[in-house]
Amino acid sequence: MVKVVPPVDNAKVPLTKPVEGVGGKTGLWRTMYKPVVDSSKCTKCFLCEIYCPGVCIVVDPVKGATINYDYCKGCGLCTDVCPVKAISMVPEE
Amino acid sequence: MSAPQTQRPLPPLPAKARGIVLPGDTSCPGCPIPIAFKVLASVFGDKMILVIPACCTSVILGTYPGQSLKAGVIHVPFASAAAVASGVAAALKMRGIEDVQVIAWAGDGGTADIGMATLSGAAERNEDIIYIMYDNEAYMNTGIQRSSATPQGAWTTTTPVLGKLEPKKDVAKIMIAHGVPYVATASIAYPHDFYQKLMKAKSIKGFRFIHLHAPCPPGWRFDPMYTVRIARLAVETGLWILYEYHNGKLMLSPPSQPYLDPSKRKPIEEYLKLQGRFRKITPELIKAIQQHVESNWEWIKKMMS
Repeated sequence: MVKVVPPVDNAKVPLTKPVEGVGGKTGLWRTMYKPVVDSSKCTKCFLCEIYCPGVCIVVDPVKGATINYDYCKGCGLCTDVCPVKAISMVPEE
Repeated sequence: MSAPQTQRPLPPLPAKARGIVLPGDTSCPGCPIPIAFKVLASVFGDKMILVIPACCTSVILGTYPGQSLKAGVIHVPFASAAAVASGVAAALKMRGIEDVQVIAWAGDGGTADIGMATLSGAAERNEDIIYIMYDNEAYMNTGIQRSSATPQGAWTTTTPVLGKLEPKKDVAKIMIAHGVPYVATASIAYPHDFYQKLMKAKSIKGFRFIHLHAPCPPGWRFDPMYTVRIARLAVETGLWILYEYHNGKLMLSPPSQPYLDPSKRKPIEEYLKLQGRFRKITPELIKAIQQHVESNWEWIKKMMS
């Protein structure tokens, strides 16, 4: 076993910390359309949450999918992977 | 406990990744890398150390003082991913830490071209690491230059007129030739298959290699919403074969099993026509790609028997 020397107190170690939104509010990248979930059609299959490249969809087993528009980049991948077409792209107001 | 739905446990694949892969990274819309991270996080949680050479991911995770992944990340020079990962794994062993997995996460340029020497060295020493090569088939981060993993006929900024004329380098085959304990191919379109392979890799000691197919919307010239569709088409046309190699035996993975029969495969034109990088492809090159696919399947059949 190797003895590990911890860093000195108050030492400034240039380490990054996990934070949300490291690239800013990426929701501003959306140009024309945003995805909207039709909760009456949603079957809570979790596929959109698994595939969402923006990591901004969370599926609740009761309430269905919710989208975090602060970070949704508007790629539309969720509309393509949804097996029941419950997500559609609508023009942004 | 009133509604029966609430009693159903959440599936580990998206649920365990919550809070570990964080939103707001700087990836392009439709990027496959965060999808792969979610699968990684559902298997290892935050008990992983990623060693990342220069590639798209070093940009995606963000700049100091933040990063979009709640796990240990080490950014290293281009050629050294496997070497640094070997060192980190040895240091963890010396300190007696056993529940943390060291994962080298490199692109196709950092694996098939620049990182090949250290990768081969680490495989030969059978270091206790997982090496994942996510394959977007060119140097996407620096502006779509040709790599040795670029497929035949594909346009890149360094093969602008005829496209690349040579077939793709098959790194998984090279790793099988090293005799490492576990080699697998995976695709972004089949996250559950990738999850199973990572779970299996987690239970094995030694050098494990996973080759992950990851379509890149800006580099392959397609609409960001078709990332998963194109990755799935690559499997359905037989261009990308999902298999795992363990204990000297090659097993075809469930998503690829129907396509052992050539008549069930979709025509490869279906995969090519969705992508702008194959716009100028000639019928001769399509024929050459078809022959390459056939020879790959012949090799699979030979390895399985």
